[in-house]
Amino acid sequence: MSDAPIANVSGGIVEVGSPRPASDLAIRLRASSEYVVIPMLALAIAAGLFALFLLAIGKSPLDFVFYVWRGGFGTSFSFQNTLQRSAPLILTALAVAIPARIGLIMIGGEGALVLGGFASAVLAIPLIGHAPPMPTLIVMATFAMLVGGFWVGIAGFLRYARGVNETISSLLLSYIGIAIMNFFVEGALRDLSDPNKPSTKPLGKAYMISTIPGTEVHWGLVFGLALCVGLYFLMTRTTFGFAARVTGGNFRAALAQGLPVGRLIVACSAIAGACAGLAGFFEVAAIQGRANASLAAGYGFTGILVSFLARHNPLAIPAVAILFGGIVASGGLIQRRMDLPDATVLVLQGLIFVVLLTSETLYGRFAIFKPAGERDRT
Amino acid sequence: MNAAFDTVLIAMLGGAIRVSTPFMFVALGECLTEKSGRVNLGLEGTLVLGAMVAYAFSYHTGSPWLGVLAAGVAGSVLGAMHGSICGLPRVNDVAVGIAMMLFGVGVAFFFGKPYIQPNAPQLASIPMGFWAASASVRSALQVNPLFFVGILIAFIMAWSLRNTRWGLIVRTVGDSAPAARAIGISVNGVRLLTTTVGGFLAGVGGAFLSLSYPGSWNQGLSSGQGLMAVALVIFARWNPLRCVVAALLFGAAGALGPSLQAIGVTEGYYFFNAAPYILTLAIMIATSSAKHSARDMPGELAMAR
Repeated sequence: MSDAPIANVSGGIVEVGSPRPASDLAIRLRASSEYVVIPMLALAIAAGLFALFLLAIGKSPLDFVFYVWRGGFGTSFSFQNTLQRSAPLILTALAVAIPARIGLIMIGGEGALVLGGFASAVLAIPLIGHAPPMPTLIVMATFAMLVGGFWVGIAGFLRYARGVNETISSLLLSYIGIAIMNFFVEGALRDLSDPNKPSTKPLGKAYMISTIPGTEVHWGLVFGLALCVGLYFLMTRTTFGFAARVTGGNFRAALAQGLPVGRLIVACSAIAGACAGLAGFFEVAAIQGRANASLAAGYGFTGILVSFLARHNPLAIPAVAILFGGIVASGGLIQRRMDLPDATVLVLQGLIFVVLLTSETLYGRFAIFKPAGERDRT
Repeated sequence: MNAAFDTVLIAMLGGAIRVSTPFMFVALGECLTEKSGRVNLGLEGTLVLGAMVAYAFSYHTGSPWLGVLAAGVAGSVLGAMHGSICGLPRVNDVAVGIAMMLFGVGVAFFFGKPYIQPNAPQLASIPMGFWAASASVRSALQVNPLFFVGILIAFIMAWSLRNTRWGLIVRTVGDSAPAARAIGISVNGVRLLTTTVGGFLAGVGGAFLSLSYPGSWNQGLSSGQGLMAVALVIFARWNPLRCVVAALLFGAAGALGPSLQAIGVTEGYYFFNAAPYILTLAIMIATSSAKHSARDMPGELAMAR
């Protein structure tokens, strides 16, 4: 997965010697369309398999499609709910996409989200009532990003300094992060005035993040979209991004070039963790209003799938995140109306993920995506 | 104080035996898979699905051992899926493992919903502590037969990997795929087989979770035990016997929290719950090295890079 190019850069080279040189843009479009068509095909096949699964247990696939539409996209209310849920998905997908550029498979987004959200909620406790809301929120967001960045940064550092497999270590750190939050939320930092769910002290209405005017969607979505654009530019148009992609493409070559490989790996991991931490901040400051076990709602895991489906391209992440935000948002409706367990969405996601990775084998198999001159050679 | 210490120690011993069994099965399965040069990170999903299937079968048939068998079969199906998908060119086995983990957990939660309430027949334990006068020792030494089965499998696996034709084939495939191909071995075929058998073992490990200890089915049954077992194989340096030792060590760490609770130390329950994860991470840090790949690592493992 790590070698997935963000844009096809070979366009200029292959046309040398081709009988009828096509325009540069046409070649690039033709080659890039492969990265759109094959994931779409994978989605379609996964949907077909899921339909068979539903038929096999005696449920109607058409009903399912109808309720996903109704619950996720059909009405203004449901679409806003979808956008609300795609905001953390965009950020947790970025937490997978950025390390993927440097050749790492980091899956610790869930823990960084939980820990970042928890850290910001804890930091807010002494500030509430003493500091004005706006600076408080800025400090909270910064702290959430620092904590998240530090947490995933550990996995990056261990990868570079000790050769520890980052996929396993990031997931372990994720479990540890969730345990740390539970430890404090059920113990020292529990708000005893709330007898229900163990939580930290609530932020209070004045300190919650407002919604985008005219909608029910909080500002996290805007920040997520801005980060997608910003990180796309960082990874494709800057020296840092170039060095990171060189390291991802060939680690030894990057070392031989004298690139600061260690710092690049830690930086990419920390950026990833900061994105997930920010997602946690928005979950606390815009949705939950406090930190508790609800933070570990699985956004970190769905984000992995979103990033893979977007081929780790930050600009493709929002669209995919909205699609999955809709599926997640319609989960409740499907559960009630079709009498299916809440894990139905998990089965669908797992199926899409498996089929998607299987489709990796199709790249380069179809002549149609190749420029005219190269078709005969392969 | 001394009596309390003894209580903790005995509880940890009993806990180590109980808690280590699923670790042992998953680690042995992963060990076999990795010996053939492939990583299956999806065993966490296999463990959870195995636990659910075993519970459901035991509930419907009344026979816990049929449940164990069914869990193994379910695990083999997931293993075969992983094995065949990774046999295709350009497919990343680590990523497929993550996908299989989410898929396995999803399927288990989907079909497992109706089994959260009812009680299924459990696997009977062997009272190994019959000689002891102390009741706590006797209860600590209620050992599940699967524990011995696991140790037996470890010995068989270690012996066959070293001394049989099949063991040689698996090791060749794991150390150099081109060499294996040159002597006419189907690399993908062998890996499909080892991943399937690995899945079977991990499924049986799951059956232990739901049919012996903790002995019920719920969605929080395994949180990362399958993953930790995968990490444990690195620590055990791809040796089945060392996998057993490592699993016992992990079992003891995992039993620390509940043991302290037994003598009334409830402070930091969540911290002790995190102890196995922290231990795994510490062990991974201690046994890895940036300069060279781990000792005795199969040459074909993508983890080596």
